[in-house]
Amino acid sequence: MKKMGLFICHCGTNIADTVDVEKLAKKFESYPGIVFSTNYKYMCSHPGQALIADAIKEHDLDGVIVAACSPTLHETTFRKLTRQSGVNPYQCEIANIREQCSWVHKDKEKATAKAEKIIQSIIEKVRLNEDLKPIEVDVTRKALVIGGGVAGIQAALDIADAGYPVLLVEKEPSIGGHMAQLSETFPTLDCSQCILTPKMVEATTHPNIELLAYSEVKSVDGYVGNFTVTIEEKATGINWDICTGCGQCSEVCPISVPSEFEKGLGNRPAIYTPFPQAVPNKPIIDLENCLKMKTGACGLCVRECEAGAINFNMEPTYREEEVGAIVVATGYELYPIMNLGEYGGGEIEDVIDGLAFERLLSSSGPTNGKIRRPSDGKLVKDIVFIQCAGSRDPEKHKPYCSRICCMYSTKQAMLYKHSVHDGQPYIFYIDIRSGGKGYEEFVERAQREDKVIYIRGKVSKLYRENRKVKIVGVDTIANKPIELEADLVVLAMAMVPTTGTEKLANVLKLQTDANGFLQEIHPKLRPLESTTAGFYLAGCSQSPKDIPDAVSQASGTAAKVVGLFSGEYLQLEPTIATVDEELCSGCGICISVCPYGAREMDIGEGIAKVNKALCVGCGACVAACPSGATDQKNFTDEQISSMARAILKGEKES
Amino acid sequence: MSDFEPNIVCYVCKWCTYAGADLAGTSRLKHKPNTTNIRLMCSSRLSMEQILMSLREGADGVFVGGCHPGDCHYINGNYKTQNRITIMKRVLKELGIEPERLRLEWISANEGRRYIEIIDDFIEEIRTLGPLKLLSKENLIEKEVSING
Repeated sequence: MKKMGLFICHCGTNIADTVDVEKLAKKFESYPGIVFSTNYKYMCSHPGQALIADAIKEHDLDGVIVAACSPTLHETTFRKLTRQSGVNPYQCEIANIREQCSWVHKDKEKATAKAEKIIQSIIEKVRLNEDLKPIEVDVTRKALVIGGGVAGIQAALDIADAGYPVLLVEKEPSIGGHMAQLSETFPTLDCSQCILTPKMVEATTHPNIELLAYSEVKSVDGYVGNFTVTIEEKATGINWDICTGCGQCSEVCPISVPSEFEKGLGNRPAIYTPFPQAVPNKPIIDLENCLKMKTGACGLCVRECEAGAINFNMEPTYREEEVGAIVVATGYELYPIMNLGEYGGGEIEDVIDGLAFERLLSSSGPTNGKIRRPSDGKLVKDIVFIQCAGSRDPEKHKPYCSRICCMYSTKQAMLYKHSVHDGQPYIFYIDIRSGGKGYEEFVERAQREDKVIYIRGKVSKLYRENRKVKIVGVDTIANKPIELEADLVVLAMAMVPTTGTEKLANVLKLQTDANGFLQEIHPKLRPLESTTAGFYLAGCSQSPKDIPDAVSQASGTAAKVVGLFSGEYLQLEPTIATVDEELCSGCGICISVCPYGAREMDIGEGIAKVNKALCVGCGACVAACPSGATDQKNFTDEQISSMARAILKGEKES
Repeated sequence: MSDFEPNIVCYVCKWCTYAGADLAGTSRLKHKPNTTNIRLMCSSRLSMEQILMSLREGADGVFVGGCHPGDCHYINGNYKTQNRITIMKRVLKELGIEPERLRLEWISANEGRRYIEIIDDFIEEIRTLGPLKLLSKENLIEKEVSING
């Protein structure tokens, strides 16, 4: 018979205040199969773990139950300890008496009774657990990075530098992301292009990186270490292989439409590269606006192109790639300004968002760095920045803080002042969040050197008056209403996940959080990994963050990917489906319910087998098997029944 | 009947509902102590036999928690669960058991509050129904006879 040890944790007072741990430890001493039962203040601490290790040796345990916090937190810790103590780690299970007992109940007597049930059910599971070994599978040592903003570029470069091939997929015609649109960066005022473009070039010239711009991931199959992805290379209308990137086609194109890159403040032709430093520096045709496509009349670009690269009838192409790990760095976009009708968003021309203002500040922008208001091109003499435009507004917009707006508005106010010396910038704020290296000093410098006026308070109304924008609000420090007139108002719009994040999350089978950002598996200890093995999250796809944080996270994911690639084999969870060949009738129902193709018919033997590398251990086929031939390792029917009995039995007796 | 405390077993998937229950704990939300969770990898692991077994072993109610449609960690396990539960409710009715004693809910990892609200609501529903009394074979035949005239 199995000799099991029970270790009940107090978690300081977190458990012990609500659950009578001493009483339970005593009571379980006489429970069938339990040869050792104890309690301790912090089971996860060094002495706590030593206590378990000693007990395993002293009592020759072959089953370990730790009644403590959620298995999400410390299952790995205690299984590792169990393994080091010479017992199979799959013989260690966690009874969650903190999150699912002491923290959700108040009455000590009732909570203790419930903790008893939870522990009993876990003891019954361990009683029937078998020794398992992780399944070893080969790894495809090639990474896919989705998104070519600064985070994706950094991740791709780091993985490539470690010697592994990388496929970098960007849906836009150029990599660079939003960072390419920025003028200068806080708190050092480095020119954004100056620090980014060398990285963009490196990403496209690196021998280990293959760049697929204007491409999208359409499907992903497989599992960690062994993914098959289908990538669509969208029709650019131009054969990039022979295009020299001379730009003559854009010169002659008669079309002029608002440029996405310039946030509509400047124009572009229908055949265009998004910006001069684009990587790859090859144009695409905007078929919706192309005169040739609309009327069949034009074709000026075709005549101009010496390379003969233009092909209006180009079709998208699809390619299949095998990769072992996927970094998702799909970034952010700004909450649409139209959604802020209360601030004249989308109605008043001289109310723009932060990224549009970056374009006005940029020396390569539509106004060559002159701060002119969009309505009539007049030089801006008074400018108002409004913080938390759509952020921290759970009633109407987004509940969260977008984290970077305080800093970039400060930077923008400073840069404005450097450009228009006699102008006056104002910043309306709720509170200034300047946590970051050199950030607080930067805000202080804006006030001291550049005379930026910070007004604490919310703006209630914006409207047009005498060709200016009237701002009505409250100064909550002076405690009086305030009215200002400005030439230009810049809204620090909330950051939201890029359009299409949800769709991509469905394709990749990733989870998103309440705000649509990609969900990490653990907010503190595993912030780089998604909830699905083999997917890593970098940059603003996971949450709003500034450039240093996005780059750090990207390098972190690269380290994770390199770690995954460096082992000889990849180890997978062994709690998979099994087949009793005697009982299997070969009906094939399991094959129809398995979405992973892990069940396959052995025609010769007439039974349905399990592919160990593909089975993920969901158990759907077990429940579907009409003959009871399929079971799941360490989640057997017998185990689940005895766990249920253990839970229900307690009540019966009392 | 007033001192009846329902005994409920909950089968929850590891990824969503179990994590939602954990979140209820980390958020220090409170619910009544009549339920105990069994953590499965996916709600689709739960077979119809196990639901019957739970009721036979003394459960007054069986709760099944999975991921929201489209969110299943195993692509479509929750849809399989939904089909099974729908059929199972009809089976329960045939057996003379109120189908309300079996409840399926989608609770995500970030719905700690929703978890406790649903759990408390289910406990109260079972409390109103009272303890489960399983019909014997004879009772069942009698019931059949009375229904069919």
